[in-house]
Amino acid sequence: MNPVRTPASEAAASPGFFELQAISKRYGGVQALSGVNLTLRAGEVHCLCGQNGSGKSTLIKILAGVEQPDAGSRIVIDGELHARLSPTASRRLGVQVIYQDLSLFPNLTVAENIAVGQHLGRWHQVDHAAMLRSAQAAMDSIDVALDLHAPVSTLGIAQRQLVAICRAMASDARLLVMDEPTASLTRHEVDALLALTKQLKSRGVAIMFVSHRLDEVMEVAERVTVLRDGVSQGCFGVQEMTDQRLTTLMTGREFHYTPRQVDHSAAPVVLATRGLSREGDYADIDLEVHAGEILGITGLLGSGRTELALSLFGMTRPDKGELHVDGQAVTLRSNRDAIRHGIAYLAEDRLSHGLVVAQSIGANIIVSVLDTLKNAFGLLGHQATGDAVAHGVAELRIKTRNPENAVSTLSGGNQQRVVLAKWLATRPRVLILDSPTVGVDVAAKDGIYEVIRGLAAQGMAVIMISDEIPEVLYHSDRILVMQRGRIAHRFNVGQATAATLQEAVHG
Amino acid sequence: MADFLRGWRHSQELRLLAVIAAMGAVLAVVTPGFASAQNLMDMLTSSAFTGILAVGLLVVLIAGGVDISFAATASITQYVALTLANQGMLGWPGVVAVAIGLGGLLGVINALLVTTLGLSSIIVTIATQSLFYGLLMTFTNGQDIFALPDWFNAGLHWGIHVDAQGGEQALNLQIVLLVVVGLLTSWLLTRTSIGRQVFAMGGNPEAARRIGFPVFRLNLLVYGFMGAVAGLASLVHAQLVQSVSPSALVGRELDVLAAVVLGGASLNGGIGSVSGTLLGVALLAVLQNGLTLLGVSSYWSQLCTGSVIIAAVVMMAHQQQQTIHRKKAALT
Repeated sequence: MNPVRTPASEAAASPGFFELQAISKRYGGVQALSGVNLTLRAGEVHCLCGQNGSGKSTLIKILAGVEQPDAGSRIVIDGELHARLSPTASRRLGVQVIYQDLSLFPNLTVAENIAVGQHLGRWHQVDHAAMLRSAQAAMDSIDVALDLHAPVSTLGIAQRQLVAICRAMASDARLLVMDEPTASLTRHEVDALLALTKQLKSRGVAIMFVSHRLDEVMEVAERVTVLRDGVSQGCFGVQEMTDQRLTTLMTGREFHYTPRQVDHSAAPVVLATRGLSREGDYADIDLEVHAGEILGITGLLGSGRTELALSLFGMTRPDKGELHVDGQAVTLRSNRDAIRHGIAYLAEDRLSHGLVVAQSIGANIIVSVLDTLKNAFGLLGHQATGDAVAHGVAELRIKTRNPENAVSTLSGGNQQRVVLAKWLATRPRVLILDSPTVGVDVAAKDGIYEVIRGLAAQGMAVIMISDEIPEVLYHSDRILVMQRGRIAHRFNVGQATAATLQEAVHG
Repeated sequence: MADFLRGWRHSQELRLLAVIAAMGAVLAVVTPGFASAQNLMDMLTSSAFTGILAVGLLVVLIAGGVDISFAATASITQYVALTLANQGMLGWPGVVAVAIGLGGLLGVINALLVTTLGLSSIIVTIATQSLFYGLLMTFTNGQDIFALPDWFNAGLHWGIHVDAQGGEQALNLQIVLLVVVGLLTSWLLTRTSIGRQVFAMGGNPEAARRIGFPVFRLNLLVYGFMGAVAGLASLVHAQLVQSVSPSALVGRELDVLAAVVLGGASLNGGIGSVSGTLLGVALLAVLQNGLTLLGVSSYWSQLCTGSVIIAAVVMMAHQQQQTIHRKKAALT
């Protein structure tokens, strides 16, 4: 299925067949990539690491022909120079990209999704029998068995990923790029994926893993290229790389967090649940948060973390179980009830749920407390709103010249501070944070952790939900791990380590 | 075949069929006129206009867009084609070609606005609807055309059958075009790569772009097809009512949209079928016909239609919720 059948040993010595030379790309005022070099050899597994916004995605899009690099960039494939690639040219040259969202068509069948490139391409009558045959052949080539007639919308995430890989195989991929392929897989599924990777590698397919989880790719990857702020930090053999070094290369800083893990059991319990359950979402949740404590909740995507948070904030109603605030049983009929009880919730997706990005920073900060800012005529008092905005901007050190500017003018980290300011204006006693640092770069992350620790120090009870293990490990006191809607593991003060937590999440 | 039946078992099609059958059975008993061949043919003939438009709109919905302007498009195509016919410039082939060509052109204008400006299709087509109607009313001063060519008024008939009572039944232009457009669209959507690309684009537009589908051309095709089909439907309508009025079709777009959604198409794109759409049209047609035969006033019949649409949409939403819930429950 593949013209390049060089044995792995020979391939390592052979010159690269995909070479990216001096790749630069500018979007408006942002230099997304500058002068990046990257060589991929047949049959090698290459890991591309970098933080959000480091230029990984831009580099992939250039390889896939979806974005065009700036003048001066060179793409050399099989010794031939291309100034730029189109999506069609890229695929013809054997590049297949599996994006993080997998780019599948949920409403089409497995067979159609796999054979889309061969059988739904040009305009003609679809030969269903031939389509089924080539989809089956692609599945056979990697020993996968799925129902070819099932719509992809009925499959789980791991199966969908297999469909995406089969699609790449059906197109005779020579270079397979996988963007964060392990992000939502269980340990078992990750192992299966890595085994599959080895199999592809032995056939001479080059594989580029885009990831920031080194431990997962260590066993299959040979080389690691690190990007920071659009600049390559070099290409390293995987043997000479450690987690610590990788973090330093990715961030340009040394981070030495010590786990927080402070015992707050003497402080009063602010929020507690007993046997909280909601069918299909979560079941039998017992938890309590003390004043001044940061409770970390982690688990895979779909483990029920966010669903639980939504119920704690009154957005959905649990089927059974009790919720106590300050020792009193309460029923939250809506999020207004939750806010009245002093609960605040920072949604995972701040852009669609937390902020009105086209509106001003000030308007966003006071939106949750408009009622309290009314003057005698029931109108918004100029003085009161001005004070509230100034207070929020100052308290969270939001970097802006003018709070009248739109939120969209701020960086990710500062946008997250606006959301925090909005909720702090309601003077909450329980703060629920869902993935508070998603899409925020490492330096800004640090600032947000500082804010969260500061709030806890003032006596606020904080629940921090995150799928980043270091985040919960270093910034919470106790940790709960959710699996399939239940609390599978509880780590009390001083019990969690990176390894045990990793095992608990993926086990 | 077994797969086909399995797919149908929980489908919107089957539910619609059950409701239509139940309604039909009751009406057949209560009103003797309902089940007569004459009434059924009449019903089919008079819903052909809605049916053809619904099939066209289905394609737009599957592609992830929506079109509100097709009734205005149809008003223009019937006026222009039949004005030319009245001046002796066109016969049947010419009238059909002008209606399809002009309709397709207006559809392509919609597509260009939607794709090049990146605007939402509902806004664009609400605007072009006003624009098309405005142009038509300006140029025609709102004048109706009462006299159409004799050959057009006579229509086309195939397979004339005279029953025992001397009543004549024949396949007319309306029924034949409805069947042809339905079969052709169904074939295009399910059997050809273009149709599957349209489904794919509606299901995940970003993925369609990444995989290199000609998204721009597909949009031209989809809206152009809607326009062309509206052109055909406009002739079907004019032939049935034997006149052309520039304002006769105002407001019909919402009936058509309701029928398509009733037929199981998703306003989010990627989902829908010709059979479901035609059953949706049939359900509304049977309901209206039944209420008329029962002597219910047209005000009440409107109220009933509205209620049925709401009930159907509530049922579909409920079904969807349950599926999501079942899937989640299976995970825990």
